[in-house]
Amino acid sequence: MEKMSGARSLMVALEKEGVDIAFGLPGGANLPIYDELYKSNIRHILARHEQSAAHMADGFGRVSRRPGVCFATSGPGATNIVTGIATAQADSSPMVAITGQVPLKMIGKDAFQESDIIGISNPIVKYAFQPTTAAEIPEVVKKAFYISSTGRPGPVLIDIPKDVQQNEAEIPFPSEVKIRGYHPWVDPDITQIERAIDMLLSAERPIILAGGGVIISGAFAEIQSIAELLMIPVVTTFKGKGSFPENHPLSLGPIGMHGHAEANKMMTEADCVLAAGSRFSDRSVGTFEEFEKRLKIIHMDVDPAEIGKNQTTTVAIVGDVKASLRIMVKMLVQKAIKRNGDYPWVKRMKETKDYYRENLKLHDHPLAAAKVLRKLREVLPHQSIVTTEVGQHQMWASLFFDVIHPGTFFSSTGLGTMGWGFPAAIGAKAAKPGVPVVDIAGEGSFNMTENSLAVSVLDNLPVIVFIMNNFSLGMVAQWQRTFYDRRMMAIDLKNCPDYVKIAQAYGAQGIRAQSLDEIGNAVKTALKSDMATVIDIPIDPQEDVLPFVAPGTPLTDMILPS
Amino acid sequence: MWSIISVLVENKPGILFKVTNLFRSRNFNIDSISVGVTENPEFSRMTITTLGDEKQVAQIIKQLDKMIDTIEVKRLDEKMSVYRELVLMKIKVSKPSDSMEIMNIAKAFECEVHDVRKTSIMVELTATPDRINAFEDLVRGFGIIDIARTGICALARGGADES
Repeated sequence: MEKMSGARSLMVALEKEGVDIAFGLPGGANLPIYDELYKSNIRHILARHEQSAAHMADGFGRVSRRPGVCFATSGPGATNIVTGIATAQADSSPMVAITGQVPLKMIGKDAFQESDIIGISNPIVKYAFQPTTAAEIPEVVKKAFYISSTGRPGPVLIDIPKDVQQNEAEIPFPSEVKIRGYHPWVDPDITQIERAIDMLLSAERPIILAGGGVIISGAFAEIQSIAELLMIPVVTTFKGKGSFPENHPLSLGPIGMHGHAEANKMMTEADCVLAAGSRFSDRSVGTFEEFEKRLKIIHMDVDPAEIGKNQTTTVAIVGDVKASLRIMVKMLVQKAIKRNGDYPWVKRMKETKDYYRENLKLHDHPLAAAKVLRKLREVLPHQSIVTTEVGQHQMWASLFFDVIHPGTFFSSTGLGTMGWGFPAAIGAKAAKPGVPVVDIAGEGSFNMTENSLAVSVLDNLPVIVFIMNNFSLGMVAQWQRTFYDRRMMAIDLKNCPDYVKIAQAYGAQGIRAQSLDEIGNAVKTALKSDMATVIDIPIDPQEDVLPFVAPGTPLTDMILPS
Repeated sequence: MWSIISVLVENKPGILFKVTNLFRSRNFNIDSISVGVTENPEFSRMTITTLGDEKQVAQIIKQLDKMIDTIEVKRLDEKMSVYRELVLMKIKVSKPSDSMEIMNIAKAFECEVHDVRKTSIMVELTATPDRINAFEDLVRGFGIIDIARTGICALARGGADES
């Protein structure tokens, strides 16, 4: 066994896990790690804030479907990544966050830059480790990657005291690890899948609700096969947006608070739902009580604790969504089960879709959200990856930006973290450098992590920031208009800063686009230049996101544009 | 509804914090909790009693099961398990006759009497929570100076956990 430092063993262990890129910021308590990074082949991306480093790792993890790695120092470095970890946890994103900690002897002494990150992060991590000897580090790393990437993925924290990084020891590198209390793989129950098929076949108005689990497990082909074999309309959750091609004849788009009108309508009329990898979040289902009495629910999820958490189910299928759906497809094919597309429910779907497409009034403005986003879709190649920030633009993206190529749309859907989209887009670009990456942004959110422009420019990770700028915290403004009698409080951002100049100050390309043509040209310029680009689009601050289902109300109570 | 959950966990620092923090963050209730190492020093057993409806308890068990540090989570049937709690109680002695009366009640409940003084008597009782409550009711009139309860610890009866 070779004698080496804890920090060195960390680097070797990370390389053994196939890590070739990491995002982070150095500081006092993780200097030994950075000294080893200096010698390692791992590409380090210097973030300008630890929160952004975590979001970059998150974006990388979602796109590559292997844990993104981020580093932060102790104390404020560690507390700064908390939002990033919580975001990854809420959206089941694989991530390994590695923090420095004050030396073992100083723990509990309120030392300089000491924070109890193990305690702080407890409710928002899948697991957390604090190795107390250098010899433990490789085993801890192996366990961290295993836990983070299997079952329902999530963030794992490794908090390493500085002396543990420095100590030299003979360090073993286990080739596999066992964790007694962790059983991420469950074989789906065949009889439950048979029951589910029977229910779907005997239902008059079946619907598929595709959640984030379909994207995480990459079950795109399976979900499409089932929809097409059984001619079942597909709605998605917002997290599941783009798990099914949104230009498909059976696609209705996302349901929810700002779901598509036709999706919400059909969801509430269904008599049987196949919910695949969805946790029935309040933002997706509103209150279900109204119509769940006549709705049979088939719930597929890899996490047994999700079964019955928010929704009582008729049939529960615990296991990897892709594995479960694959068995279902196999059974359908073996039994040669196929449904003809001319049954009344499919006709009803077409009518509903047509009705809303003809009658749903779009905002009347030259740069209405629908026009702006449809323009973006028109010029952006289908395989491009799109992230969003959080706010009105995000919901408009859900409504008006069709995802054609499955698994190319990512957003902070669970935690709703403003400032996530841009660093996550940089992480996505690192995972897939060959495709264009666009962050559909609002200026309020972008403002929170815009200093990542330095990273996008200097580390050659060019992404396009597509700012729908309404000079305000638009979603808050909408709620104040809707629920607070237009008492507008703390929403006016007063056109500050100038995002074109901000972009230029960082050495990025800044373009102001004031018409649909200019938007199209700006995106084309950005794509051609392969430069970090900020496109600033002044939109109408008065536009609301509609349809809107008020919180705590059923999906049937949609507020439609008048 | 009152439920007893028996949780076998890794005997490592910080696990009690994680378990109790899970209850707090998911808005579940802990009525009592007791922890001790098992015959295998790698494991500890926690006995948790909780109040909640059927759906809540099922969800608590699933969330505990999901925890990586838990090895086994079982819900114990009251009738199919043995459960006991230990209480130490310091009871006030105001007049000479109190002493005799307290001793008589303690005897009836098969308490151990530990510390007899002019002004107080300390007794120990190991029993079901109901019996402890009954004892407490009887001696409350004398004045209870201090009380310390361990919370329940429980095990399934022979054969009960094989079903």
